Amino acid sequence: MVTSRTAFLLAALALASAPTFAAEAAEPMRFTSQQVELPTSDRFFPEGPGAEAANNNCLACHSAGMVLTQPKLSKAQWSETVNKMVHVYKAPMDEADVNAIVDYLAAMKPQP
Amino acid sequence: MSHPAIPRRAMLAGLGLSGLGLAAALPAWAAGTIKLPLPGGPDLRDLTTAFPGKGPMILQRTRPPLLETPFEVFDQGVFTPNDRFYVRWHWASIPTEVDANAYRLTVRGHVDRELSLSLDELARLPRFEIAAVNQCSGNSRGLFEPRVPGAQWANGSMGNARWTGVRLKDVLDRAGVKAGAVQVRFSGLDEPVVDEAPDFKKSLDLDHARDGEVMLAYAMNGEQLPLLNGFPLRLVVPGWYSTYWVKMLSDIEVLDKPDDQYWMKTAYRIPDVPGANIKPGQTGFKTVPINRMVPRSFVTNLRDGAQATAGSPVAVRGIAFGGDCGVRTVEISADGGATWSLGKLGADEGPYSFRRFEGDLPALAAGTHAIKVRCTNTNGLAQPMERVWNGAGFMQNGVETVSLHVA
Repeated sequence: MVTSRTAFLLAALALASAPTFAAEAAEPMRFTSQQVELPTSDRFFPEGPGAEAANNNCLACHSAGMVLTQPKLSKAQWSETVNKMVHVYKAPMDEADVNAIVDYLAAMKPQP
Repeated sequence: MSHPAIPRRAMLAGLGLSGLGLAAALPAWAAGTIKLPLPGGPDLRDLTTAFPGKGPMILQRTRPPLLETPFEVFDQGVFTPNDRFYVRWHWASIPTEVDANAYRLTVRGHVDRELSLSLDELARLPRFEIAAVNQCSGNSRGLFEPRVPGAQWANGSMGNARWTGVRLKDVLDRAGVKAGAVQVRFSGLDEPVVDEAPDFKKSLDLDHARDGEVMLAYAMNGEQLPLLNGFPLRLVVPGWYSTYWVKMLSDIEVLDKPDDQYWMKTAYRIPDVPGANIKPGQTGFKTVPINRMVPRSFVTNLRDGAQATAGSPVAVRGIAFGGDCGVRTVEISADGGATWSLGKLGADEGPYSFRRFEGDLPALAAGTHAIKVRCTNTNGLAQPMERVWNGAGFMQNGVETVSLHVA
């Protein structure tokens, strides 16, 4: 295939023209084990009817930031999202909590 | 790592419910805030330096991390530094410790020989290197109008790196793909928090997997990958959206029938129409898994609303990429697209890389001018003048506009 051959030649040229990399290319890559700490979020869903249900259920799998920065979405859109969490992503939620969370999110007034 | 089924009570206790009142306060680790051009908002985000291996990044979500590259980084060169490269994870159980000696890549399924390869074994295979753009399927989703749910990215969930590693073909050949194989499925070390949720896996057709360009990268920009970008091994699928570029790649499974699990059959689907572009509310189209990228170009030296002096030429500089092939031209317009001039292209780092362009706008009269840039790729595909729309917020590549105030 012409494209893959071209890409390979370009890669070879890149190797030849980059002295630091050419030196490195002489021996195989060495790897350093990684150990990191990932930050946690202390953000909760702001008070309001259903906030407790949201805090108790949603935060187990993800922090609140992305939810709270969604544009204004309809109740149908939030229902679809929350039900995806339950039926596809298997979040173990009570039916009452599902409804409370959908109402809470649909009533949310996105802040800047 | 342990993966407790549902640690929510314990976690809430650990976080301290007394923290409730602090929800709106700026976290101690925030390095300021940034306003993204998201129509109708919310448009304010924290800038964070709290993530390992990362400099200042736009915080879209802490857990699992969604970190966007601040756009000014793209003005600094065609290769995105590893510590500014965007981050996107689906599931929150991400190993925070990876032992380079113990790590093994399994190759199994419809093969003659199952393989279990160490990093050192992989590093002794013939080396392959390619420059390629990694772009989230939903890059620019936050700019869709009407707005759509999902990660509200501006234009910074993309990056370009020089990837070093081995061809997937060479690894598959060592395992010996059996006759009747049709696809190859990839999975990494990350796992859902809830055991029953669908583990993240993606598949490529066998011919694509063996095309000699799809590769397993153990280095980006000459260094091992940051853990958050998939250390120690990441699938690289040049020209295709990042959803296929499986991070912390640990399992390769050769399939004798098409992959019908959630992440192929249901998620990451696009309308099967040119550019995945439909009208809001439109129905009755087929869907297919998202696949090849499409051309894009961005002005990087002028922000929307920039000022210029009347009667003086204005230098315009930016980056472009062809999507699944190289850049043929980048055109620049200072009059909202009525007339165009050709930009001068920078060094060619290969067909899948960002490519620099630059040009001079003619001396402009006082007033507001719409500066537009348009990339046409080497297959002849040009960016559409209108913005793309679909319900998932995928594949945006409409011509970008920067308004310039001349006085």
